[in-house]
Amino acid sequence: MTTLAPRNAAEVLDAVRWAMNAGEALEVVGTGTRRGVGRPVDAPHVLDVSALSGVLEYEPEELVLTALPGTPLAEIEALLASRKQCFAFEPPYFAARAGTLGGAVSTALSGPRRPKAGAVRDHVLGVTAVSGRGELFKAGGKVVKNVTGYDLPKLITGSYGTLAVMTELTIKVLPAQEDARTLIVSGQTASDAVRTMTSVLQSTADVSGACYLPEGVLLARDAPAPGAGAASATAFRLEGVGPSVEFRLSRLRQQLASSGSIAVLDLESSLHFWRGIRDVAPFADDATASLWRISVPPSRGAEALAALRAELPGARAFLDWGGGLIWLQLPGAADVSAALASEQQIRTVLAQSGGHATLIRASADVRRAVNVFQPQPAALAALSKRVKLQFDPKRVLNPGRMYADV
Amino acid sequence: MLMPAPDPAILSRRAELLARLREAVPDGVIEDENSRRAYEQDALTAYRQIPMLVVLPSSTQEVAAVLRICSALGVKVVPRGAGTSLSGGALPLADGVVLGLARLSKILDIDYDNRSVTCQPGVTNLAISKAVDARGFYYAPDPSSQIACTIGGNIAENSGGVHCLKYGLTTNNVLGVEIVTIEGDIVRIGGKHLDAEGYDLLGILTGSEGLLGVVTEVTVRILPKPETARALLIGFASNEEAGATVAAIIGAGIIPAGMEMMDKPAIHAAEAFVNVGYPLDVEALLIVELDGPPAEVDHLCAQVTELARTHGAVSCRMSSSEPERLAFWAGRKAAFPAVGRISPDYFCMDGTIPRKALPTVLARLKDFESEFGLRVANVFHAGDGNLHPLILFDSNQPGELERAEAFGAAILRLCVQVGGVLTGEHGVGVEKRDLMSEQFSEGDLAHQERLKCAFDPSGLLNPGKVFPVLHRCAELGRLHVHQGKLAFPEIPRF
Repeated sequence: MTTLAPRNAAEVLDAVRWAMNAGEALEVVGTGTRRGVGRPVDAPHVLDVSALSGVLEYEPEELVLTALPGTPLAEIEALLASRKQCFAFEPPYFAARAGTLGGAVSTALSGPRRPKAGAVRDHVLGVTAVSGRGELFKAGGKVVKNVTGYDLPKLITGSYGTLAVMTELTIKVLPAQEDARTLIVSGQTASDAVRTMTSVLQSTADVSGACYLPEGVLLARDAPAPGAGAASATAFRLEGVGPSVEFRLSRLRQQLASSGSIAVLDLESSLHFWRGIRDVAPFADDATASLWRISVPPSRGAEALAALRAELPGARAFLDWGGGLIWLQLPGAADVSAALASEQQIRTVLAQSGGHATLIRASADVRRAVNVFQPQPAALAALSKRVKLQFDPKRVLNPGRMYADV
Repeated sequence: MLMPAPDPAILSRRAELLARLREAVPDGVIEDENSRRAYEQDALTAYRQIPMLVVLPSSTQEVAAVLRICSALGVKVVPRGAGTSLSGGALPLADGVVLGLARLSKILDIDYDNRSVTCQPGVTNLAISKAVDARGFYYAPDPSSQIACTIGGNIAENSGGVHCLKYGLTTNNVLGVEIVTIEGDIVRIGGKHLDAEGYDLLGILTGSEGLLGVVTEVTVRILPKPETARALLIGFASNEEAGATVAAIIGAGIIPAGMEMMDKPAIHAAEAFVNVGYPLDVEALLIVELDGPPAEVDHLCAQVTELARTHGAVSCRMSSSEPERLAFWAGRKAAFPAVGRISPDYFCMDGTIPRKALPTVLARLKDFESEFGLRVANVFHAGDGNLHPLILFDSNQPGELERAEAFGAAILRLCVQVGGVLTGEHGVGVEKRDLMSEQFSEGDLAHQERLKCAFDPSGLLNPGKVFPVLHRCAELGRLHVHQGKLAFPEIPRF
């Protein structure tokens, strides 16, 4: 096994061409934070792009930042914060490690602000990359509004390094929210919580987060959500300019007065709370437990959750995205056959509700055996495979990371 | 504008094609020349071509049948919604079939709990908002043609509108689609949940200008209508001061619902047309709209007014009623027809530039006016840098059309030179096709074409659009053979 560590785009190009000629695949990594997401890559060599690091251009008034993919996410977010801006899509930090910008874009995991502010893909404006054909190309642009040619930046986003190795990224940035409060209703059942979240999302409260932590699912083992104790918490985030937050908070408090006991988190506690939701803090401690991320139509969140709990004893879960996202933890280090059985249960529940499930954390043996990503219907799978082969005909980039034959 | 030469072999099979299409869509094939003429152009009226045949299916199954027939016979297909494309996206081909989707015009499902609407592609943009208006919802993207343009066409072009600064383009508001591939396969991507699994094919289909697949069903997200909206009408003695104010507003962390700028010729044309009280003694006019709960709108209006004042505004009016707010917008929304009144013809350009380049670009446009001997009026989505210079010309004057085309090309080259792009919301179509190489290298374009090859290897869907040269996939597919040895010993390895 060789690790190639290119220092610039030209060396990335050389490395990919070498792999093509050698007929030997590469596993593309940055700092490896998200390396355990997806199927294990069967590649004899590693392409470590973490040396491609640095912010190239940042113009706050243009709402645009251009950086190399190996740039640490934390470094960029600190830079943005210094100019009162942010990535609105809230990329998660895994095990308190942020990883790189390239990793966040490749895996395309969006945080709690997703329903209001959009996903990672909605903020990737431009990309330069080396495809599996050993060719450098650029797509998109460095301005916030652009429809020139196909939106390849969206295709590369969330492709887990299976189509191209990114060498430069341009991302849309947005003003950071001046103020924030979180309103928590305690003691609701999941179905009441989803009903409440639905009605709030239908109102003009304009919340930028709506999640539900069932009884006993805590952000941290020793620190129940302030105001919620160990009881369930239905939480709403209000962000914006001060007067707007105050106004919407008081009205939301009235709207929810009969829904349960209400507590309000101040700015600092609110930031802490939603960082915990973003990073899946309730399930961060037990690294051996499998973790699924399940996207369903928001109104189906409670019934999907109930069905999953009924079929999977010991499962723990919470809801984000107003009911549309289920984080599901399965106990213990499941053996392969148990993991296959639980996957089957999850897929069966999804066949009822609609949506898709991705295994975010499990042992390599389990990730090799189960469908880590939602299996696609034949016509869609055929299209995906054709896209893969157009960009990486010899399958030298992260082969099998998403689907066994992609 | 050169379109692919008609293929005599295809033209000679017209009768066979006609018979098979009639079998598939008994009541929806248009053959006679006069009726076909209605489809000869879209909103880019400088170019026209009568199609070989027009077919108007009324179900997904019929769309699939039409595409299977065309695919089998090797016939080119031009999909069409309402024909409002400003870039010639629906320009027909002499040896091609126009596939009109206007009869697929049903709203299938309104789901308030999931804040989504599912409909067929021929539903107009505005009809979606109207269908959910009574419950206090709307569909956010609002292209100026929203009364006529269809949601299917919006997907093809990734349409924007004056509110996309805050609420996003079409691509940011679509949850799912059903498409039919050129081979006639029906594929569903996404749904009422967020973020479809696997590769983001929804993301690349949106804005693909009808070259990848035919959209037969769409699920979009709807939003609760903002409680209040208020507009500010701010006049400046120079474009620079207006531009600096826009930068200051964004710099202060404010993302208005809309932020539009007009230059003096555009202000005068609009005021003469709709008479809404625009100041005529200013060089530049900003319309800034803020929406949300009253407390927020009050707060932000005060902030924007103050920023405008400190950046040299000479006048500032705040709308005090809903009719007045709409009046502020009426001039801007009527800018294109208003310009149409003062000039027999005009071209609307659509480049995006980094906002800081605005003074440079406007100064260069002045130079171009004398160079090409034509006048230009500018409307500008100032918040996101999307510039619409309107080039005024008279196609009855010999040489003016050609000069206007050259002027337009010069503007778009300039947009790319200052770090921008050829098109912010109207699409490439045929209009900007031959300028693609200004923005993209051959290798860049080859990667876009590879996507085309994955969806439509025989190149039958909307050929002649977007790409200056559409390569055959087999030719494009050849892998470069690179040197077989490890020629790069300098890469650190472990």
